[in-house]
Amino acid sequence: MSDHAESAEHHEVNYVRVWQILVVLLVISVAGPFLGIKIVTLLTAFGIAIVKAYLVAKNFMHLNIEPRYAVYLLLTVLVFMLLFFAGSAPDVMKHEGSNWVKPRVVVEAAPVHH
Amino acid sequence: MRPIATTRMEAGIPTGRLAVWWVVASEIVIFGGLLVSYIMHRIAHPEWGGHAANTNVWIGATNTLVLLTSSLSAVLAHKAALGGDGKKAARFLYYTFGGAVTFVCIKAAEWTMEIRHGYTITANTFWSFYYTAAGLHALHVIAGGIIMLIVAQTAKRNLELHRVELIGIYWHFVDIVWIFLFPLLYIAK
Amino acid sequence: MAESIPAEATHAHDDHHHGEQSFWSKYVFSTDHKMIAMQYMFTGMAMAIIGGFMAYAFRMQLAFPGMDVPGFGIVSPANYNALVTNHGSIMIFWVAMPVLIAAFGNFLIPLMVGCDDMVFPKINRLSYQIFLLSVIVLLSSFFVTNGGFGGAWTSYPPLSAKGQYSLTPLGSSIWLVAVALEFIAFLLGGINFVTTAMNSRAPGMKVYDIPIVVWTIVVASILFMASVGPLFAGAVMLFMDQNIGTAFFDPDKGGDPILWQHLFWFFGHPEVYVVLLPAMGISAEIICTFARKKMFAYKTFLYTMWATGVLSFTVWAHHQFVAGIDPRMAHIFTVTTLLISIPIAEMCFIYIATLYGGSITLTTPMLWALAFVAEFLIGGVTGIFLGASGADIYFHDTYFVLAHFHYTFYPIAIIGTFAGFTYWFPKMFGKMMNETLGKIHFWGTIIPFNCIFIPLFILGAAGQHRRIYSYEHFPELAGPQFQDLRIFATSALLVMLAFQLVFFYNCFISWRKREKDAGDNPWRANTLEWSATSPPPHGNWPDGLPNCYRGPYEYAHPDREEDFHPQHVPS
Repeated sequence: MSDHAESAEHHEVNYVRVWQILVVLLVISVAGPFLGIKIVTLLTAFGIAIVKAYLVAKNFMHLNIEPRYAVYLLLTVLVFMLLFFAGSAPDVMKHEGSNWVKPRVVVEAAPVHH
Repeated sequence: MRPIATTRMEAGIPTGRLAVWWVVASEIVIFGGLLVSYIMHRIAHPEWGGHAANTNVWIGATNTLVLLTSSLSAVLAHKAALGGDGKKAARFLYYTFGGAVTFVCIKAAEWTMEIRHGYTITANTFWSFYYTAAGLHALHVIAGGIIMLIVAQTAKRNLELHRVELIGIYWHFVDIVWIFLFPLLYIAK
Repeated sequence: MAESIPAEATHAHDDHHHGEQSFWSKYVFSTDHKMIAMQYMFTGMAMAIIGGFMAYAFRMQLAFPGMDVPGFGIVSPANYNALVTNHGSIMIFWVAMPVLIAAFGNFLIPLMVGCDDMVFPKINRLSYQIFLLSVIVLLSSFFVTNGGFGGAWTSYPPLSAKGQYSLTPLGSSIWLVAVALEFIAFLLGGINFVTTAMNSRAPGMKVYDIPIVVWTIVVASILFMASVGPLFAGAVMLFMDQNIGTAFFDPDKGGDPILWQHLFWFFGHPEVYVVLLPAMGISAEIICTFARKKMFAYKTFLYTMWATGVLSFTVWAHHQFVAGIDPRMAHIFTVTTLLISIPIAEMCFIYIATLYGGSITLTTPMLWALAFVAEFLIGGVTGIFLGASGADIYFHDTYFVLAHFHYTFYPIAIIGTFAGFTYWFPKMFGKMMNETLGKIHFWGTIIPFNCIFIPLFILGAAGQHRRIYSYEHFPELAGPQFQDLRIFATSALLVMLAFQLVFFYNCFISWRKREKDAGDNPWRANTLEWSATSPPPHGNWPDGLPNCYRGPYEYAHPDREEDFHPQHVPS
C-alpha cells in the first residue's frame, strides 16, 4: 500500500527544519517593507508567500508523493483564478470606457473615535 | 458500516484523501474569487494603501507564526498516526487546536481594537474586503478546529487514524490561505 | 488494486438491515444512494410544477394583459418580476440540477460502476438535507413582506443590492441564502460523485469502460466545483451589501457592479454545461441501447467533452457584451464563444453517427433522446448569432436570447429528464411504463414546445425586450401581429401543460401495478445497472459485486448470437 512508501519518505523530511525555514521567511517578509523600495516589498511579501505556500504544500501536505493528478487539479483551479482575473480586470480596474466613466470615489478613512 | 465502495482505490489513493483534495480545490476557487476581486480593486485604488496602513503588521505576523506552528503540529500528528500511535497523534492535534483557538482570540482582539478606532466593515471598501476575507478564513479556522477535536477524540483510542492526515491536509490549506492573506492585507501598504 | 469477489461477498453490508426498517430510516433518513436519488427526483419534479405554474401565470399576463389569471389572480408588475425571476432560478437550480445531476447521478453512478453505494453515504444524506432546506428557504421568500425577489435570476446590483430599487429587500436576501445553500448541497454531493467514480469502480472497469453518462455527470460535478467559488464569494458580498451597508457593488461608494456580473457569469456559463453534460450522457446511453450499436467514437467523445468543459471557463463575458465591458475583451470572448460550438456540435454529430446503420427501435426513451439532439441543435445554432458580439448588440435582452436558451435548457432539463426517467423507470421501480401513453405524452410535449418558442424567436428578432410585464406600453410591439404570436405561444404552453397530466397518470398506473413486470434487463442493455434486480436492494448486489470484462456498448458483435454483451458477463 502506498502508506509504506510514505513513512520511508517521512524520515527524510525534518518537519521542524521546514518550520524553521518558514519562520525565517516570515521574518524577511515582515522586514522587507522597512527598506522602503516598492519592488523589494512586493518580492519579499508575495514572492516569499509563494515560496512558503510551496514549502507547506510539498512538505506538509506531501504533494510531492501524491499521484500527479492531485497537483494538476490544484494547479488547474489556480489557473482558472488567473483566467478570472484576466477576464474581469479590464473592466473592474478601469476607470472609464467608451461610453462610461467610473467616478473616482475616494472614501476617507473613518475618523478616529474611542 | 462503511460501504465496500469506500474501501476501493482504483485511483491509487484512499477515498478519504481523494475527497479532501477535491474539497481543497473547490475551496481554492471560493477564496480565489474573493481574493481576485480584492486584488483587482486594490490595484485600481492606490489610495487603499493608506487604509491598509492601519492594519497591524505585528499582529498579522504573530497570527502567521501561530498558523505555521500549528501546521507543524498537524503534520507531526500525521507522522504519529502513520506510526500507529493514536495517543501521540491526538496530543499533537490538541496542540493544533490550541493554535486555532489562539489565532481566533488574537483576531478577535485585533478586530475589537480596529472597530473601536472606527475601522468598521462599512468604513470603506478596503475594510469591507478586509473583514470579509479574514472573516471567511476565520470561519474555516473555527470549522477546522472543531473537526480536529472530533478526529482527535477518535484517534486517542487508536481508531480512524487515517483521518488525522485528512484534517491535516485541510489545515495546511487554511494555513496557505493565510500565507497569502497576510501580505495582501497587512504588508502591502 | 483489484479485490477478489469472494472477499467482498462476505463483506456485504446489508447485515444490519435484516430487521424491519422504520418508515423514517427507510424513506426519510436513508443513506442509500437510490433513496436519496428518489428524494432529489421528487423534490425536483415538485419544483418543476411550481416553476411551470409560474410560467403559466406570466405567460397568461403577456398574452392577455391585465387579466385575472385563473389560479393566480391579477399579475402586477411586481408579481411579474418575481414570477420570471423565480421561474428561472427554480428551473435551473431546483429542477435541472437536482434531477439531472443529483437524482440520476445518485441512482446511476454506484450501479453503473458496480459498487454498493456512494463512498460517503452520510454526506450524501446531508447534501439532500441541505438541498431541502434551500427549497424551504426559497419557497418561504414568497410569503414575506413584499414577496419574492424580482431582480432576475442574475441578480445584478444595484437593483438587487438596494431595497429601494428592488422593492423586495427581504425576498432578495432570502433568495440569496437559498441559492447559497443549494450551492453547498451540490458541492457536497459532487464530492461523492467524483470520488466514487474515480475510486470505486468494479474490478476490471478501466477508464474507457466507464459508461458515458457516468463520465458526463462526473465532469459536470467537477465543472460545478471549479466554477461556483467566485459566485459564492460574490453572494456573500452581495448579501452584505443588501443587509449591512457594505459597498462591494455600489458605484456611489467606490464599488463595481460589473464585478458582480463577472463573478456571476464566471460561474453562470460553466453552469449551463454542468446541466448540459448529464443530459447528453443520458441521451448517449439511450441511443446506444436502442440503436443496438456502440458509440461511434467513445474516446473522441470523452476528449471533446473535456475540451468543452475547459473551454466553458473562457466564454463567460458573452453575457456582458452590452454591459460596457472593454470591447477588446468582447472580441476575445466572441472568438472563444464561437469556438466552443465546435466540440458541442461534434458531440451531437457523434450521436448521429452512432445512429447511422443502427438497428433503431423508437421506444419512448429513444424518442426523447432523439428529440433532445434535434431540439438542442436548434438551440445551439441560435447561440452562434448571440455569440457574435456585433449581432448581440441587437439581440441582447430580446426574446431571441430567451428562445435560444429555452431551446437549450428545455431539451436539457425537460426532454433529458423524461428520456432518463422513462429509460430507467423499469430499473427504479421494477415495472414497465405504458408505451402508448408515453408516446402520447411525448408528442403532446414536443409539438407544443416548438409552438411556444418559435414565435418567441420571431418576436425577439422584431425587437421585443425581455422582462417587460406588458407590451401595451410599447406601440411598436403592441400591434396585433405581435400580440397574436404571444397568444399563440401561451396557448401552446397551456396545451403542453395539459399533456403533462398524461405523464403523471402513466407514472401512477405503472407504479401501482401489482406485479414487477420489468425484469432485470428489459431493454437488453450492457451496462452494469441492468445486472442488478429491478429495483436493486440495499447494497445493490447482495450476492457479490460484479466484475467488469469489457466496454459498455458492445452491441451487435457479428460473432455472437445475442446482439448485446453485458459488461459483467465473463465470456
